[in-house]
Amino acid sequence: MSKLIISLSPHVHGGDSVSRNMYGVCIALVPALLASLWFFGLGAAIVLVTSVVACVFFEWAITKFLLKRDASTVLDGSAILTGLLLGFNLPSNLPVWIIIIGALVAIGIGKMTFGGLGQNPFNPALVGRVFLLISFPVQMTSWPVPGNLTSYLDATTAATPLSLVAQGRLDELPSATSLLLGSTGGSLGEVSAICLLIGCAFLLWRRIITWHIPVSILATVFVLSGLLYLANPLTYVNPVTALLTGGLMLGACFMATDYVTSPMTHGGQVIYGICIGLLTVVIRCWGAYPEGMSFAILIMNAFTPLINTYCKPKRFGEKPGKEAKK
Amino acid sequence: MKTFRKGGVHPAENKLTAGSPIRQAALPKQAVFSLFQHIGAPAVPVVKKGDVVKVGTLLAEAGGFVSAPVHSSVSGKVNKIDAVIDASGTRRQAIIVDVEGDEWEPAIDRTDNLVTLDRHPELDAKAIVEKIKNAGIVGMGGATFPCHVKLSPPPGCKAECVIINAVECEPYLTADHRLLLEHPDEVLVGVSLIMKAVGVSHGYIGIENNKPDAIALMKERAATYKDIEVVPLKVKYPQGGEKQLVAAITGREVPAPPAIPINVGAVVQNVGTAFAIYQAVMKNRPLIDRIITVTGKSVSQPGNLQARLGTPFSQLIDECGGLPEDTGKIIGGGPMMGKALLTLDVPMTKGSSGLLIMNKAEAKRTAPQPCIRCAKCVSACPMGLEPYLLATLSAHAQWEDVERLDVTSCIECGSCQFTCPSHRPLLDNVRLGKTTVMGIIRARNQKK
Amino acid sequence: MNVILIAVIVLAVIGLVAAAVLFLVSKKFAVHEDPRIGQVASYLPQANCGGCGYPGCSGFATACVKAADAGSLEGYLCPVGGQDVMGKVAEALGMAPVATAPRVAVVRCNGTCENRPRQVEFDGQQSCRVQQMTGMGETGCPWGCLGCGDCVRACQFGALKMNTETGLPEVDETLCTACGACSKACPRGIIEIRLAGPKGRRMVVLCNNKDKGAVANKVCKVSCIGCGKCVKVCDKFEAITLNANLAYIDAEKCKMCRKCEDECPRHVIHAFNFPPRGAASQNPKPAVTVKKEEATVEKVSRKE
Repeated sequence: MSKLIISLSPHVHGGDSVSRNMYGVCIALVPALLASLWFFGLGAAIVLVTSVVACVFFEWAITKFLLKRDASTVLDGSAILTGLLLGFNLPSNLPVWIIIIGALVAIGIGKMTFGGLGQNPFNPALVGRVFLLISFPVQMTSWPVPGNLTSYLDATTAATPLSLVAQGRLDELPSATSLLLGSTGGSLGEVSAICLLIGCAFLLWRRIITWHIPVSILATVFVLSGLLYLANPLTYVNPVTALLTGGLMLGACFMATDYVTSPMTHGGQVIYGICIGLLTVVIRCWGAYPEGMSFAILIMNAFTPLINTYCKPKRFGEKPGKEAKK
Repeated sequence: MKTFRKGGVHPAENKLTAGSPIRQAALPKQAVFSLFQHIGAPAVPVVKKGDVVKVGTLLAEAGGFVSAPVHSSVSGKVNKIDAVIDASGTRRQAIIVDVEGDEWEPAIDRTDNLVTLDRHPELDAKAIVEKIKNAGIVGMGGATFPCHVKLSPPPGCKAECVIINAVECEPYLTADHRLLLEHPDEVLVGVSLIMKAVGVSHGYIGIENNKPDAIALMKERAATYKDIEVVPLKVKYPQGGEKQLVAAITGREVPAPPAIPINVGAVVQNVGTAFAIYQAVMKNRPLIDRIITVTGKSVSQPGNLQARLGTPFSQLIDECGGLPEDTGKIIGGGPMMGKALLTLDVPMTKGSSGLLIMNKAEAKRTAPQPCIRCAKCVSACPMGLEPYLLATLSAHAQWEDVERLDVTSCIECGSCQFTCPSHRPLLDNVRLGKTTVMGIIRARNQKK
Repeated sequence: MNVILIAVIVLAVIGLVAAAVLFLVSKKFAVHEDPRIGQVASYLPQANCGGCGYPGCSGFATACVKAADAGSLEGYLCPVGGQDVMGKVAEALGMAPVATAPRVAVVRCNGTCENRPRQVEFDGQQSCRVQQMTGMGETGCPWGCLGCGDCVRACQFGALKMNTETGLPEVDETLCTACGACSKACPRGIIEIRLAGPKGRRMVVLCNNKDKGAVANKVCKVSCIGCGKCVKVCDKFEAITLNANLAYIDAEKCKMCRKCEDECPRHVIHAFNFPPRGAASQNPKPAVTVKKEEATVEKVSRKE
């Protein structure tokens, strides 16, 4: 008999793993992926494939050649997920070279600079997206009209619902049903709210995420835009439209819930979610950009360590008000 | 169905031996009685080399108030008093007895007759606690805290109810389950003895609902005891932790250490302890044997053995079909909180609730990955701590921060590490932090 | 003209207000520092190497002033500046200079993988303190090196290195500043901060096993079994004492005769930094230690 193993308890493990969670999120994105292929066809396929391949490649190359670490964990799903999310945040007529730059920024600056998996303070896909948005504003804000399955760079473009809102053309907004199904312009992954909700339900069912972040974001946006709508229905959109437009669903269910950059306690997650919702509405209504989700998430990512410092879980046996006595 | 609210996990139960009746283990050739079978001061030997002892003879007396005496579980001659490797993984003093025959102390009642409390109306609380103390009974669930200390509430605390821990939330272990099924009446008498000892009129027996047969049987037998209630509990680990059990049954949360269950009026005892108390008080039989589950996926005849204390584990495993070829790890206790043993030549002690053999594939931990801050450990922690943070701070020796973040509340249940998707050795580090901080606190208190 | 005047006035007012705020703040939040600290720091090399075990030269200066107030500068040494600098520091603080003999960390365990075979395998956080919690650890020796390198991680000077072949840490004497961090990090107290000895020469018992001889003998080929032969051979100087089955050489009494080294039946006593004995030497020692000796002799003589 060979040597016995000794270690401290526990001696069993639940079988959860990083890749199970990462691929779980990828699976949850499949409905939205299919929807994007359905609406944007060839363009969507090119953008997504480029983005995923580029992200995985940069992660592998940086791990191996710059950090000189074991690069075998490159397929643990996190780079693929970043690639997918980045792709979902881009318009389907974006040239390949811009996507590759975005992937490099997302993985290189957003993630690996800080030490790789688990160390990044900001959501890498959003870092890439915002970088592109600021650097290539024209390309990043021309949205192809859905339904053109064979076009890529030559796609005809139109305004997205949110830019209509920003321009005050409220009467031209599509109906809530088409917003829900996704037959409107916009980034690849954000057009079909229903597919994103299906994915979110899958995440909740698999216990990959908890309800706290998505629900608090959506509820805050709903309540806040509802109040604004009641105050002045001519300038502000109705709350249902506010929920279904832009990157809100994608952001609330998939981007803000990113493990690494969100708070660790349920209480903290709710605060984080409320603040994201608040910032989103503020940017949408009064900011220069028609959509504020990515900025809101990035800003709150920066606050996550602070939230973690102050939001502690309630200790077992702790009486309310005990802290005050101390 | 009741359970505790905060945290918890659900490991695969693997109760392989739930259906195997308790078997009597053979007498060992040589029995080894560790002087460290309980928490507290070690026992002090009262025999010397060459002394002849019988089953039930006192070998070592308690070394203080928080301590317990040790009795011989075999008859024979004291071979020597020497340091041997025990389940703690270190070499500690033990009394080694060469077994000859099986002669018992005459005072011990060896019959199977049930003796109920109304046959001994003269027994008052003090007499019961005294008998328990002299019988060397400790917490049999694995914590091995001397029983009589728990039954003597400190001044200012008033016991309101007795809670019997028959949860057995550890995977694999079935010793308590079998005990309930095979000795329900003795357990109930034991419970009423505990209730009388602490002077309360309410007793609960908490059983997880993965043991429906035991719940049904105990409910039926407990019907004649109007103040003992059988409480079925939803399966969740670590429900067998006494603080979690008190919360599950009474809804009261025990405050942070140094508070203990008695601070919220609860006295928690293991079901095995209740049985041992029955035997000690009603049958004059000191703690000389216990039920131990010998199990593992590769063990050919896993089972529940009633074995004399001091029997080497190697003998127990031989009775269960021998040590499998692919053994990777030997665990004294259950897989969540048990201790990995260095060798099989370790004697069984009062706290040995199980002997688990893991094969090579199960034994090896998966290589850790970086923390992805998924917060699953925070959600799983039944004490409301932040294991990810405690582990990191401990690894960097930030003891002040670790103390500030309440590391001393950790019950070392292992839920955090069990649930960690990155397979990080969270509890290894948290335990390091806890041990160090406890040492710092002790040193500080001594200075005062 | 008017514009220029307004600009000048505005700037002047801002400047005045800012100056007032700065003045108030610097008064309000002024930190009083003992003037002696600055004086002591001025004698120090200002390399901020941390070799003294304090965070930089000013940290060391603060510690020295505190120690002087407490009554003695003993144990405070700037390894870079050496005796000269410490003399000046002592003078500035009005203290008598303390002669400090150089010290060095010594790993008192020679339980290499060969001498002390691993009986079980530890799986978990690679930390000695964690492994210590499992009991005796991998080797069955409850006193010897656990080999997870807590000391190596504790060393800020890169003076400790884990030898993967032996499984033991090795001290680079040229880098060791005897700060004692490794000694504190070791859960078994194996590392001793010992007098480096004249020309770095010293005799050390490379074992920490306090078990009885029979037990110690079983777990390791080079364990001290407490036979007391070395104590007898050293009866003239009485430098060796036997305590709890473990021999200890008092570095201050040791006369470096190396008799104990030859006498020890277990080859536990090692001579460090002695010139190699002639080919006549019968003393079989593990190859690694010999190599280490050869490597360090030169470096240490340079230090002298």
